[in-house]
Amino acid sequence: MNVKVARTLSEACEMLAENPEAEVLAGGTDFMVEVNYRHRSPKAVVAINGVRELAGWRVEDGKAGAGDTARYGTLWIGANLTYTEMANPDFARLLPALTQAARTVGSPQIRNAGTIGGNLGTASPAGDTLPALAALDAKVSLCSAEGSREMALSDFITGPKQTALQQGEIIEGVRVPLAAMPVRAAAEGKNEGNGSAIGRGEFLKVGTRNAMVISVAGLALIARHDIQRVCVGLGSVAAVPVRPTEAEEWISPRLDWQQRSPLDPSDVETFGDMVAQAASPIDDHRSTAVYRSHAIGVMAKRALVRTFGSN
Amino acid sequence: MSEHYQLRVNGENRPVNDAWLGESLLYVLRERLGLAGTKNACEQGECGSCSVLIDGVLVCSCLVLAASAIDREISTVESLAPDGDLSDVQQAFVEAGAVQCGFCTPGLIMTVHDLLDQNPSPTDLEVREAISGNLCRCTGYVRIFDAVQQVAANREEDN
Repeated sequence: MNVKVARTLSEACEMLAENPEAEVLAGGTDFMVEVNYRHRSPKAVVAINGVRELAGWRVEDGKAGAGDTARYGTLWIGANLTYTEMANPDFARLLPALTQAARTVGSPQIRNAGTIGGNLGTASPAGDTLPALAALDAKVSLCSAEGSREMALSDFITGPKQTALQQGEIIEGVRVPLAAMPVRAAAEGKNEGNGSAIGRGEFLKVGTRNAMVISVAGLALIARHDIQRVCVGLGSVAAVPVRPTEAEEWISPRLDWQQRSPLDPSDVETFGDMVAQAASPIDDHRSTAVYRSHAIGVMAKRALVRTFGSN
Repeated sequence: MSEHYQLRVNGENRPVNDAWLGESLLYVLRERLGLAGTKNACEQGECGSCSVLIDGVLVCSCLVLAASAIDREISTVESLAPDGDLSDVQQAFVEAGAVQCGFCTPGLIMTVHDLLDQNPSPTDLEVREAISGNLCRCTGYVRIFDAVQQVAANREEDN
């Protein structure tokens, strides 16, 4: 076995090209469990958690700045961003659903080490960042010594714990639309009145306790003001993250995007039922399919009410 | 296949010889470097008894590949009382009765130091969240909470 510690992205790509059997080590919170339990015996490892290009996040194109209308841009999230870093208040303001999801992962120790790139690479059906990324049609950036490519999350995750990542490739980061509410509406809300765009959405998760828990069912709901659509991602209720597109298309035109009239309770009920129908969960050691379908419907209604129910 | 590398632990350069490169930092600390204060229980990041600081960040050492931690500053529980004088958190744990079997204690001590360094006067909820990754099967946590609040109060008094 050999272990290489990469400092730059090009170094990491070269190391992987030279060691075709090498496995990429990010935060280690999944990888090392398997090594410790002898479920994984890597012949070679390229550690990327010190690669500086993979750190941090930034707003790209049309930044969320001052003005009367929101300027929709995109948010670049480096693969090495940890769950703890996703809880940073500046990040949380732009993408609260992802921050909420990050906050539910493991313990402080796990959140300090685990990364969004690792969550994508592991591609567990229970990956907590995946519902929000699915809801936002995230694009995953991959690179290798041969070059780089970008693909939709729905193409990247091909099955439970299976991805389209090829030998020699590294997850560089992920790009999502900044779907923040218009600045005027944001200023009228109680969050902040400083003229910055504010993302709106919720992440909800059911588990057996409130910490250190793997999701039994998870749901992210994000209000995309740029296209006036409620976008939803479901976790742990299918082999891969699910988008309940019929439910999204049904509810979005029924909502008051200016938030001047209340939600219709019967619309909320129908929306919850439609989201639940989009799930295809299984029975396993964590829960039953029946419970998961029920829970996902309840979470859909709750997330909608929290996001659109009051100004 | 064995290799040689060097780790920086508690301010010292420590050579690691004839080690298998798949070893966790926890294993290397305990079995190669003789630093047995860091405890080994679950080896899957669930229990927190192996908590250490790497470059000032609290992590489970069982989930760190030791050979990937070269060039990092590693601090273990041994760094808190190098001359045998207990740190304020350690002393408060003793006085509050927050130690029973003691197995979880080193990890909790590291976590509580990290918490109070970042948040000098945490609420009860913040303490609960901070130690949610440190399992204690003896105390029921109440006296651990007492110890944390005692340290916070003492530190505030000293300032």
